[in-house]
Parts: sequence; structure tokens; C-alpha cells
Amino acid sequence: MIARLTIAERQIGLLLAGLVTLMGAALGILGRNDLLGYHGLLITIFGAVVMIALLRNIDAPEPSESRLSEYYDDPIRFGIVLTMIWAVFGMFIGVWVASLLAWPELTFDAAWASFGRLRPVHTTGVIFGFGGNALITTSFHVVQRTSRARLPDQVSPWFVLLGYNLFCLLAVSGYFLGITQSKEYAEPEWYADIWLVIVWVTYFVLYLRTLARRQEPHIYVANWYYMAFILVVAVLHIVNNLAVPVSLGSAKAYSLFSGVQDAMTQWWYGHNAVAFFLTAGFLGMMYYYMPKRAERPIYSYRISIISFWGITFLYLWAGSHHLHYTALPHWVQTLGMTFSIMLLVPSWASAGNALLTLNGAWHKVRDDATLRFMMVAAVFYGLSTFEGSFLAIRAVNSLSHYTDWTVGHVHAGALGWVAMITFGALYTLTPAMWKRERMYSPRLVEVHFWCAVIGTLIYVFAMWNSGIIQGLMWRTYNESGTLTYSFIESLVAMHPYYIARTVGGLFFLVGAAVGTYNIIMTIRHEPVPSRERMEALGAERPLVAGE
Amino acid sequence: MAELHRKLERTAIGFVLAIIGVSSIGGLVEIAPLFTIDETVEKVGDMRVYTPLELAGRNIYMREGCYACHSQMIRTLRDEVERYGPYSLAVESQYDHPMLWGSKRTGPDLARVGGKYSDEWHVAHLADPRAVVPESKMPAYAWLQRNALQTEDLSAHLVALRRVGVPYTDEMVENAARDAFAQAFPDSAMAEGVAERYGEDTNIRAFDGDPSRLTEMDALVAYLQIIGKLTDAAQKNAAGKQVVQAEEAE
Repeated sequence: MIARLTIAERQIGLLLAGLVTLMGAALGILGRNDLLGYHGLLITIFGAVVMIALLRNIDAPEPSESRLSEYYDDPIRFGIVLTMIWAVFGMFIGVWVASLLAWPELTFDAAWASFGRLRPVHTTGVIFGFGGNALITTSFHVVQRTSRARLPDQVSPWFVLLGYNLFCLLAVSGYFLGITQSKEYAEPEWYADIWLVIVWVTYFVLYLRTLARRQEPHIYVANWYYMAFILVVAVLHIVNNLAVPVSLGSAKAYSLFSGVQDAMTQWWYGHNAVAFFLTAGFLGMMYYYMPKRAERPIYSYRISIISFWGITFLYLWAGSHHLHYTALPHWVQTLGMTFSIMLLVPSWASAGNALLTLNGAWHKVRDDATLRFMMVAAVFYGLSTFEGSFLAIRAVNSLSHYTDWTVGHVHAGALGWVAMITFGALYTLTPAMWKRERMYSPRLVEVHFWCAVIGTLIYVFAMWNSGIIQGLMWRTYNESGTLTYSFIESLVAMHPYYIARTVGGLFFLVGAAVGTYNIIMTIRHEPVPSRERMEALGAERPLVAGE
Repeated sequence: MAELHRKLERTAIGFVLAIIGVSSIGGLVEIAPLFTIDETVEKVGDMRVYTPLELAGRNIYMREGCYACHSQMIRTLRDEVERYGPYSLAVESQYDHPMLWGSKRTGPDLARVGGKYSDEWHVAHLADPRAVVPESKMPAYAWLQRNALQTEDLSAHLVALRRVGVPYTDEMVENAARDAFAQAFPDSAMAEGVAERYGEDTNIRAFDGDPSRLTEMDALVAYLQIIGKLTDAAQKNAAGKQVVQAEEAE
């Protein structure tokens, strides 16, 4: 892969990796008396590894000019593998933290192994590690194919992909060490946040430069969503992470906002991380890979327009539904609830548009587990957006908030929608990227599909049950007008559901592991050419006994 | 409409600008007024800042991810008020950078936990939750008592907080490390300085029961014991008394 970079690009890469190494060393020296020192070391090692990889191939000959007439797919192949590594890692930690709630003694008296430190490792591992890599990887593929244009250079896609993974590594290793700013889904500290801004701006510029080279007059709908994902996530990330570091040698920073303003900013960020990271980006994925796999055009162009702008406008108002009945002013809560309900329109329009696209291809859905992954994803997208609007109603939220119902809702979206559409996309993308006719084993895709569906259903049903029971127990009054249940009684009632959710998660993890194996085997195994093809190619016929 | 959109689709920059415009409205309308409308945060006279030891404890609370299972936000619902205490007011987290309202109650809400249990209870519970509450799912934090508390950079922490708007005085900043020690050593000569700077009601005691060394357990228990006690506005509000104070009433 490195030999396919031009000599100048290899030199630029070396320079960039050198800068990262120096930056890491500087942080390490400044933060030698702080946890920051470990992260300085990690950045230095990361930069050095990239430098060594480049130096080993620095004298390779210049690649041929013919590359410019092809798409640039090396970072996509690399990204597919990274995506699956993060999937297995993030889901494994998920099963682990689920087990901790059933069997809390599994912490070995060690700080790093407690639920509070591992839980963000899971959320970051799956959302940013798995989800983020899937989005970056597929966006490189989709933008080139739908624009009929090659990525403008061969350095910036690598900078984006590797830089983003450095961010994920800093985030996850930080939680183990105890580095966190405690904002949910925005836990990394100031220096990692600044690094992500640099990576993200490069990503945005790369995307625009590719679009500028397009051979198609119109920008395809999948790209609208990827652009909204890149842009809005940048704005959310910057505003929510504004903070003042204790010093340049300290990992710790204090957020600029406090109390109620901080809460509103955090959930404006949190809910729109769901909207633009976990929804818009993956809708972009769906709008390309689903019609591609089904070999059917998108059902309605007009619905695409309405749902895109509906989502882009309405979602940003919805964050305050996370703060019903709190110290947040009532008018903001009401706005959040109202817009959350309106959101159902563009959400169901998107889900309906996806499912109607399958009209005329339902026999393929039956036979092809890859397309079925995408179909089920669209169904779960519809279900979880309905549930989201429902839970945002203030009266419903009074029961559901703070309970496992929210956790169940999130996983209906994360497992059922985000992960399933990703697996569908990856099973379409992988054979294409390695020039295979199909995946190594379609039967294993089938196994993965059923593991994923069973796992999701067990998980979601367990959390619906536990959440509703919990919410009801907290508000049950006895005849004398006092609360019936102590808090601990509600916790005891959760135990069987916590075991069930661990089992559900385990199914999902096994499915992801099977998928990873299948992808690796697809990469490694050249398909055995059939006899007819060999004959056609004029190859020597193998000697067969008895002839 | 479709024709207009067909034009928009032909220009990447135009599309980008449209996304920025359409997506920024919601946040602007909902967030900006929270900084400008005075009634958003109640003005009370008795709100105090965290002592350096409590602040260190709060940072441990964040580091260990306690917020993932414990909220600090009692909603305006009857069952919550009866279970946990007076509902939370915005002013109570005025100096919380960031806030720790939380989003999930695997364990109970902690907004009124300050003063609810003894220090001994907290230490025993943190060291081995199931020794105190047999059905508990909480991880054991026995190692907090083994870790010495890092205090040398506390002044810098107070300075950073002052930059984002917490009214720490120069005196508080200068004495931060000393005050952290003194708050857990009631017999020391420096203890008076803590009460002087942070108020007579400040808890000054050997929180972890071991006055010979300052541990992370000291800090975390000191923080837990002050949660909900920085002001009594919520209690006053529950009793039907006037919460908002005029500036000159101080």
C-alpha cells in the first residue's frame, strides 16, 4: 500500500508522522508528572510506527500514472479491517460491562476494571471506534463512486483514517487510566479533542475536494447525509468541548459552561451525536448500499429531499427532551418534546423510502442475508425513531427516564439499525474491494444475521421489561400513601434482566466475530477458479485420476 | 421545490451553507437564551464554592465514572421528592464545570446524599458495598483508601475554575494544597483557615477515619458529604420560602 504512494507523498507522510511524534514527545515531557505523560508516550509510539512503516518503503519506485484513472481504495481496505477490529473490541467490552451489572465482584480490586471506567470504553469503542471507522471507510467509497472521481490525493485519506484512530486510542486508553471529562459520549480530554478537530477539518476538506472533481452534475443523496454528518458533528464537538486546561502539562480541563447551560449544551451535543453520527451518516450508507445491493433505484427522490432537510432542521431542537422535569426551564423542555414528535415524520419517511425501494426485490431479501441485514436495519430504524419520539413525551419520560428503558431504546437503534446497516454495507463492500465474486462464506453471513437478530431481540426485550418495571416500582404507592418499594428492591428485580441482556449481547458479539472471520477469509482466499473458467483461460487442465 | 433543490444539488458549497444554516437554528434558539434570561438560574446569597478537598473528590467521582449509574438531579415529581428530597434547583450546580446531573439510575440519585449517612458508612460502603448493602451492584473501591491524594496542583485547578467563572479568591488559590490537607486534619493549626475561607459550616474531619494520611477516600467522602449542601435554597424552596435574594439583602 505504501509503495502506491508517490515519493513526494511518502515524504509528506513522513513529515506529518514526524510532527505527530514530536508533539507526542512534547506532551509526554510537559505531562511527565501527570497521567498526560502516558498519552504523550502513546502518541510518540503511534507516530514512530507510521514513520517506520514509511521509511521501510521510502525507496520504492514511483507508482505508474495509470493509478490516476482508477479509484483510490487502499484506505478503504484498511478501514474495513479497522472497523471490524473495533466492532469485536467494543462489543466484547459491552458484554463485559453487562456482566459486571449481574456479577459485580468481577473487578479484581483494580481501578481500571470497574464499571464506571469500562462503560465509556464500550460506548466509545462501538460508537466512535466501530461506527466512526465504518462511516469514514464507506464515505471514501461512496463519494468516489457517486462522483465518478478519484480522491484528490493519497495522503489526506490516510491522515484522516489514522488520525481518527489515534483519537479513538487516546479516548479508550484514557478511560482505563482515569482520564475523562465525564461528559457522556464526549469523554476525551482537551488535547484529544483538539486533535480530532484537526483530523475532522482535513476530512471535510477532503470530502469537498473530491466533490469538486465530480463527473456527475448532481451530488447524490448519500453524500448529502455524509456532508451533514461531517459538518454538524464538527460544530457539536467544538462547542460541547470548550474547556480551560489546568495547565499544558495536565490532562485535566474544566468545561467552559456549568450547571444548567452545560446540561443543555451536553444534551444538544448528545442527542445530535445520535442524529448526525449514528443516523445521518448511516442513512448515507443506506442510500448507497441498499439500492446497490437490491439493484433497485431509490423509491422516491422527493421523499429523500423532505426527510433530509427535516432531519437536518428538526433534530437540533430535540436534545432538551433528555432533561424533562429537571432544573432546565420549562419552555426549553416543551420545545424539545414538540420537535421530537415532529421528527417522526422525516424519520419514517426515510425508513419508508428504504423499505419501498425493496419493492420488486423481496425475493432477494429472502435469499440474500446481506440485503436482509439492510432491510432489518431499516425496520429497526423505523421502530427506534418511533420509540424515540414516544419517550420524548414528557409524561412518558417521567416513567422511562433514568431507567433501562432508555438503554434498551439506544440499543434498538445501535444494534438493530447502526450495526446491521454497517454489516450489510461491509458484506457488499468487502468482495468488491478485494475483487471477489462474493463473500468467502454466504452461510456464515446467514449465521451472523441470525445471531445479530436474536441478540438484538433478547437485549431489547430484557431492557424494555427491566426499564418499565423499574420505573413503575419507583413510583408505586401503597394504601397508606407512602412509597411501596425501596430503591434496592427495584435493583434486585433487575437481576434476571441483567443476565438476559448479557446473553443478548453475547449473541451479537459472536455474530460480529463470525463476520470478522468471514471478512478475513474473503481477503485471504483467492476463489478457486472453476474448471470451465480455467479452460477458457487456456490454463492446463489439472490431472484427474481415472481419465 | 424539486427544481430548486436540483439546483442546490449542483453546488457543494451552496449545499454546505444550507446545512449550516438549517442546522444551527435549533441550538441557537434553545441554548443562547439560557445565558441571557436572568430567571434561568436562581440568585441566592448563601451559595458557596467547593473546597480544594471536595473539588479533588469531585474529580475522583468523575474519573471513576460514578455519574454513569448515579444521577444528581431530583425531578419535580412527587415520588422523587419523597424518595430523595426537595427537587434540584439550577443554582445548585452553578459552579459545576461540568454538571453531573447524570442520565441513568442503576444506583440511587445522590443530589441529597450530603449528610445523609456518616463518614464511616461511606468508607465501609465504598470499600465493600456488599458488606453494607448485600444486594448492591456497585464496584468495590477499596483501593481509594490506599491511594494518597495528589494535592500539589490544586492551586492550578482553582485558577482554571476561576477562569471559567467560579469565584475563588486569591487567598483560596494560594492555600489550596494546604487547605486540602487541613480539611481532613481537624486538630491541625491550618484547619481554622479552611473554616475562615469556606465558611463555619464546612465539614472539617478525618473523613476516612485515618488522620495520619490524606487519601483519595478522604476526598471522595468529603465531596459526597457536601453534595446538595452548597446552598439551602432547595430546602427553602420546598418549605415555600422566598429563594431569590435581592442583591442588597446579602
